[in-house]
Amino acid sequence: MKHLLAIDELGLDGLNALLNLTDHMVEINQRPVPKVPALRGRTVASLFFEDSTRTRLSFETAAKRLSADTMTFNVSTSSVNKGESLRDTVATITDMGVDAFVVRHKSVGIPWQISEWTKASIINAGDGAHQHPTQALVDCYTIREATHAKSFSGMHMVIVGDIKHSRVARSNIQAFSMLGAAVTLVAPPTLLPPDVSHWPVSVSHNLDDVLPQTDVLYMLRLQSERMAQGHVPTLREYSEQYGLTQKRVMNLQAQAIVMHPGPMNRGVEMQIDPSDVKNSLIHRQVANGVAVRMAVLFDLLGSGSNLAGQA
Amino acid sequence: MTKSIVIKGGTIVNRSSEQALDLKIENGLVEQIGKNLKGEVYLDASGCVVSSGFVDLHAHLREPGKEEAETIETGSRAGALGGYTALVAMPNTDPPQDSVAVIDFVREQGKRAALVEVVPSGCITLGRQGESLAPMAELAAAGVSLFTDDGSGVQDASLMRRALEYARGLGVTLAQHCEVAELTKGAVMNECQCCTNLGLPGWPAIAEELMVFRDIELVRITGATMHFLHLSTKRSVELVRAAKRDGLPITAEVTPHHLSLTEELLTSYDPVFKVNPPLRSMHDIAALKAGLIDGTIDAIATDHAPHPRRDKEMSLDMAPPGMLGLETALGVVLAEGACEVRDVVALMSWNPAKIARVDDRHGLDLVAGAVANICVFDPEIKWKVDPERMASKSINTPYIGRSLKGRVRHTIFNGATTVVDGQAQR
Repeated sequence: MKHLLAIDELGLDGLNALLNLTDHMVEINQRPVPKVPALRGRTVASLFFEDSTRTRLSFETAAKRLSADTMTFNVSTSSVNKGESLRDTVATITDMGVDAFVVRHKSVGIPWQISEWTKASIINAGDGAHQHPTQALVDCYTIREATHAKSFSGMHMVIVGDIKHSRVARSNIQAFSMLGAAVTLVAPPTLLPPDVSHWPVSVSHNLDDVLPQTDVLYMLRLQSERMAQGHVPTLREYSEQYGLTQKRVMNLQAQAIVMHPGPMNRGVEMQIDPSDVKNSLIHRQVANGVAVRMAVLFDLLGSGSNLAGQA
Repeated sequence: MTKSIVIKGGTIVNRSSEQALDLKIENGLVEQIGKNLKGEVYLDASGCVVSSGFVDLHAHLREPGKEEAETIETGSRAGALGGYTALVAMPNTDPPQDSVAVIDFVREQGKRAALVEVVPSGCITLGRQGESLAPMAELAAAGVSLFTDDGSGVQDASLMRRALEYARGLGVTLAQHCEVAELTKGAVMNECQCCTNLGLPGWPAIAEELMVFRDIELVRITGATMHFLHLSTKRSVELVRAAKRDGLPITAEVTPHHLSLTEELLTSYDPVFKVNPPLRSMHDIAALKAGLIDGTIDAIATDHAPHPRRDKEMSLDMAPPGMLGLETALGVVLAEGACEVRDVVALMSWNPAKIARVDDRHGLDLVAGAVANICVFDPEIKWKVDPERMASKSINTPYIGRSLKGRVRHTIFNGATTVVDGQAQR
């Protein structure tokens, strides 16, 4: 694998290979010294053109645990603000000797464009509302860990909220379907793309109808600017129809799982504290983020190095 | 005195005839049509069509203001290589073509380059801001007969109504870029399944069709003449077809790229395929082609829109829309096989000359005494686009690597050769 850009480009075998490799990384992370020399001498640059806490930190932590050197590109202090083009910025950093770029950008397709401009590997850490493949890997791994199921066949995943603007939803729809799950999208029509008839999903506009048949309830963040754009009249109305309340938790099956990619909007899509939800995996999602990204970096940059050694 | 030129061995295509005859040019005019004509310079036209030069209703020549992308000279040369003898220069320059000074400048730069006739269009509204009318009477007196805010449509229906009423009094034509801006905020590509997958805001067909409908109805009540720029959807074609059936004074154009390229190309993430209106579906292409054949669409116009390389190296959402067109228009249209060669001459020369009101000197039947604005093209030859060899200052053509059919061999502007054997003469 040269790049990780989108779940559908990864394919089912690639997806399973990364999930299996993540098991090794989880084991490394449980060691007293959670660090191996696997990527010593390799350099990973983070190119984040959008705010991020967990994704950027988990990539940087993952790189360090594999002994790679890291470089952080800070947009606010960079030459981009002096009018340097993205292509020139990428060329400049490439010239410093970089093996992989971790890229997040508000614009769809930027990771693909950058991959044409550099020999380094590209990891898509989120492009616009398009793809966020490592988040989908984290989510699949977390479900696998909780259910001990390697296939999601027979499982019903329900994704709730702003599907239209969500890269997490687009990556997860692909990943869940590839692993065999049935997927239902729950949102008002204004927060769905205009035409999803070609997606392997069902659509509902009523969360309460769907809850009793849900195995994994995946809540998406609703950004407050969606109101100004006329997608929903008020956050309160959205919250009443699509937010997770104590009453709705009671309507879930006993073994149903609740997930959220973060950051959460307390009081909007999450009207209860996640710790009050018995089967919430939200903290596991964050914890597994490092291991999954170690697996991705090792797959892209490793060359048969031993994961058992000590740094 | 320039030397007399004889075009030998081609087929002269006129409105009511096709004749395998030689054509002699002297003193800027067609001097004679006949067999075995003698002259001082001979141009071989075997296997070629000899027609009136092409007229483009829609060229962004970028001067003044964006000379990094194109100048009137480089755009004129690109036009000559594409078989054009007249280009209507779109007014979204900087400063825009909303004053006599800028109109005169554009026309003079065209005369200096002397490769085609540059026909400046004027803005409908001041600064293309859509707020108040440009001095249309002054501009009309300076020779402008086509007015447009191309790049954006006039959003305010009341202002558009007044513009049409005012235009009727002046006897000029308004050309609309149909796009209801509220429906296309942030839009990058056609609203379709690809755009759902990519998570991009869509440019829905209805954003074009609503304004086509509105303006047809405004023409109905004002009686002004109206030209629709770059129609791209099936329903737009149907609306114009019905309006023409009602006898309204309406004309319409389509671009070569809307006849040949589809929305799926955007999944390459290459901004070279970003254009406004966006590439649509096969369904729309079929309707546009049907419109060419039944006369609903009067002209093929390029929407030639050069952009410097760095501007097209941005992301899909940030890159400016637009693609080159002048040097590839004929090859794309013939490769698509959308219509017969004779129809191509009508759509690229006879009809647009009339819409641009330059039909006293362009788009004429090639008979003795006609102004010698002539295109000689081989309709069968296959070729591939090499962006590095294009005359345009920019290289943003979507046709790299595609096989085109039909190429311009010679172009004669006002009796002088601008292109001979596919090579620009100046």
